[in-house]
Amino acid sequence: MSEILSVRDLVKRYDDGFEALKGVTLSIEQGEILALLGPNGAGKTTLISTICGITEGTSGTVTVGGHDIVKGYRDARRMIGLVPQEISLEPFERVINTVRFSRGLFGKPKDEAHLEKILRELSLWDKKDNRIMELSGGMKRRVLIAKALSHEPEVLFLDEPTAGVDVELRKDMWEIVAALKASGTTIILTTHYIEEAEAIADRVGVIAKGELLLVEEKQALMTRMGKKQLQIDLSAPLIEVPDVLSKYDLQLVQDGTALLYTYDTRAERTGITGLLADLASAGLSMSDLQTKQSSLEDIFVGLVAEDAA
Amino acid sequence: MNWQAIRSIYTFEMARFFRTLMQSFISPVISTSLYFVVFGAAIGSRIDQVDGVSYGAFIVPGLIMLSVMTQAISNASFGIYFPKFIGTIYELLSAPVNFLEIVIGYVGAATTKALFIGIVILATSALFVDLQIQHPFAMMAFMLLTCVSFALFGFIIGIWAQNFEQLQLIPLLIVTPLVFLGGSFYSISMLPPVWQTITLFNPVVYLISGFRWAFFGMADVPIGLSLLAISGVTALCMIGVWWIFKTGWRIRK
Repeated sequence: MSEILSVRDLVKRYDDGFEALKGVTLSIEQGEILALLGPNGAGKTTLISTICGITEGTSGTVTVGGHDIVKGYRDARRMIGLVPQEISLEPFERVINTVRFSRGLFGKPKDEAHLEKILRELSLWDKKDNRIMELSGGMKRRVLIAKALSHEPEVLFLDEPTAGVDVELRKDMWEIVAALKASGTTIILTTHYIEEAEAIADRVGVIAKGELLLVEEKQALMTRMGKKQLQIDLSAPLIEVPDVLSKYDLQLVQDGTALLYTYDTRAERTGITGLLADLASAGLSMSDLQTKQSSLEDIFVGLVAEDAA
Repeated sequence: MNWQAIRSIYTFEMARFFRTLMQSFISPVISTSLYFVVFGAAIGSRIDQVDGVSYGAFIVPGLIMLSVMTQAISNASFGIYFPKFIGTIYELLSAPVNFLEIVIGYVGAATTKALFIGIVILATSALFVDLQIQHPFAMMAFMLLTCVSFALFGFIIGIWAQNFEQLQLIPLLIVTPLVFLGGSFYSISMLPPVWQTITLFNPVVYLISGFRWAFFGMADVPIGLSLLAISGVTALCMIGVWWIFKTGWRIRK
């Protein structure tokens, strides 16, 4: 895969001295889905806005398809589609007209067949003559996507596409994103919902306080930073962990009725066999066993907390 | 040039106008008729002629200018303010367009709308008074230039405004008084000498005078000065718009 978006040392400093982006460097491959995770005010929207031309960067360079976003802004912007966080649409305009407007604005000639295809894919075709104000919130979000796709962009930015939508719509949106990826579109999405990143992203970037803390393959990240825990439910509660088990660094939880053992799945030995044998020799009786894999959310929370410390 | 983008902006803006076509059409017809009733019948019965032109006909250029200026400003200011207000400006800022293309689209649409209103008022006036236009091409050119310059001015107001009150502030408190005091309904030669001198500081005087010259071949100030004034206003507004886009003032963070 070739690089389609390159961000080098991007800094955005406001007049009051606040640095929303502190030298962000990022490279995105063609056809991938990158999820940018970060708490409120982390710089996610600023990063997208700067790449798209809504905000001007203070220093650094950004290229899209090899075109500099300042010197070659026309070519760079033609390749980009943006779905903003807020539902920003002319309420009195009809769906088809607002999509036509977007296509024309990006310099593309009329292509009613293409617009029909997009609207059908987004289940909006039967609403094409409706005014925006007559649509539901979910449909308005789809209109925003239709507008962003109207000029056939190669890179699509989705700024919190599922913020405030119900679970069903969120799943619908994920299907739309998956279909777009299948058609070869590169997608960069920002989200608060870690399950969203976990469900659809190829790579995950974590941004906090204007700094990109990491960008990594989702699976590799979860394997590298993920931990697995074994919970041992005891038949009788304990007051403290017996000395014989001290080498396992166990945690006594649930009012002494369970022991928690954290282990590394990549290690040569997990230590589980020895632990179970030692438990038996210590005379502890087990009522149940369960394991738990840490989620992307745990990793994210850990990273952001680490950065804040 | 991104001609497709210009056409899209222009068409989108004109669609707003066509949605309320009857209001756009009827409103100037009614207000013009009312002006003729008030100024033409009531005041006109006391002022027979101004420089050899019947008072009813004399006020036509002023009436047209009054509507054209206010319409050009309000359409252009609303045209760019509304996307800012509802947030759709993001699309304009992220599109492969430059400031000139954006301005041509918005100002072109506002100019067309104002020009349409001007022509409607001219046609309505012809129903009330016997109207002869000595320099029809100059009249159209003057009206067009006025529409363009005031639409540019309106565009600046639309970008400057941060709420609907501010959007109305300059047109109501500055432009309308300047137009009323700029000789719309009287010749400045009818004023006392001191006021004649003061009036000459009002740029609108030059625009209305030039426009009236195109109708009747007479003017309060030399036609050359009027041309200079309209060119100056247009140039100033263009510089203002260019600066706004260069610096991103109130549009780009």
